[in-house]
Amino acid sequence: MALTREQMAERVGRELRDGDYVNLGIGIPTLVANYIPANIEVMLQSENGLLGMGPFPLDSEVDADMINAGKQTVTARTGASIFSSPESFAMIRGGHVDLTVLGAFEVDVEGNIASWMVPGKLVKGMGGAMDLVAGANNIIVTMAHAAKNGESKLLSRCTLPLTGRGCIRRVLTDLAYLEIENGAFVLRERAPGVTVDEIRSRTEGRLVVPAQVPEMKF
Amino acid sequence: MAGFDKRVADYAEALAGLKDGMSIVAGGFGLCGIPENLIARIHAMGVKGLTVISNNCGIDDFGLGILLKDRQIKKMIASYVGENAEFERQLLSGELDVELTPQGTLAEKIRAGGAGIPAFYTATGYGTPVGEGKEVREFNGRPHILEQSITADFAIVKGWKADWYGNVIYRHTAQNFNPAAATAGRITVVEVEELVPPGELDPDHIHTPSIYVDRVIQSRFEKRIERRTTRSA
Repeated sequence: MALTREQMAERVGRELRDGDYVNLGIGIPTLVANYIPANIEVMLQSENGLLGMGPFPLDSEVDADMINAGKQTVTARTGASIFSSPESFAMIRGGHVDLTVLGAFEVDVEGNIASWMVPGKLVKGMGGAMDLVAGANNIIVTMAHAAKNGESKLLSRCTLPLTGRGCIRRVLTDLAYLEIENGAFVLRERAPGVTVDEIRSRTEGRLVVPAQVPEMKF
Repeated sequence: MAGFDKRVADYAEALAGLKDGMSIVAGGFGLCGIPENLIARIHAMGVKGLTVISNNCGIDDFGLGILLKDRQIKKMIASYVGENAEFERQLLSGELDVELTPQGTLAEKIRAGGAGIPAFYTATGYGTPVGEGKEVREFNGRPHILEQSITADFAIVKGWKADWYGNVIYRHTAQNFNPAAATAGRITVVEVEELVPPGELDPDHIHTPSIYVDRVIQSRFEKRIERRTTRSA
């Protein structure tokens, strides 16, 4: 079975370390906030200018001046700070954020990522994604392994305009957890019940399969 | 003698001198912290051929989106199109000149512009369409691209509180691009929820010092919420 969005968020949550400052992108990465292990403390950075994002507000607490980068109303946790956009990206570009989690349309074996436009069809804009991938040493991409028609999104070379070049090392898809090393995807874990053959058939870029590929447990 | 008193009588005076073909840098992120009354006044003035520098372009019927709808904007410099259908339509059809700019690069372009730094190198965007045609230089073994800074004819800014001199304090994440924008306008106009006499704001708490501000006006704000998201008790 392919992972659900919640399971993907839960799996990423296991990569969080006590004391990490973490930026979570829009979509599945946002859900990671619900799966922070109980015994650790992390501080969530939102690139519109909030370090220490708290939970969504109660209805009575909603404040138009308090939003996250996804434009959702949020709260600030104890110990939070609020600042300008240039300051926020000084943190990001300066490499001060410990972990970045973001989505993508495509990644490839060289660690390239495409996530912001499909020429002629769709332009979301890059928002902060280009700064995040350029500034972070530690990035996890969460994405669909293949399109609905089965076409792989893990490629030998990205076909869409890039967001960043050679910056991605770790990818969690709905089928697998992989690391990008020496021009290949290295299969590290499988989604429960998903076979290595199925992953292989949906991975266009070079895939390296170690002797042991454990199943994720939930 | 007006001295440092930057108060203006009304919105006509706040935007006096704004003409067709001028550039405007605006604060705000999504609909949060946007100078909504200044935008409404620009809409009413009907000025055209504007170049607007702002992270987003409002939504179809609020914020900068209303200028887009009535074709007052010729060129948009922004990082995110997102859910603004009219923005995406004008971009894809080529009706609107759009310079999509990474958010951090955009913030730094405005900050540097206001600080008198004409350009800077950044790794952001190298090897992507953003880097095409830009000068590349290696620092510490890593390629960077040269990005030019931004200043504008007008800066439009939304603050929380200001004094008559134009010292400004922002509230929560409505700060975002506003303090940078305030530094980058040849004429900087700030609208606030509360305007107080000098001496009432603690100098330690000022985000934007008065020197950057030319005009200040108090108003009421709708503060529309784009994505109201709550948890249950």
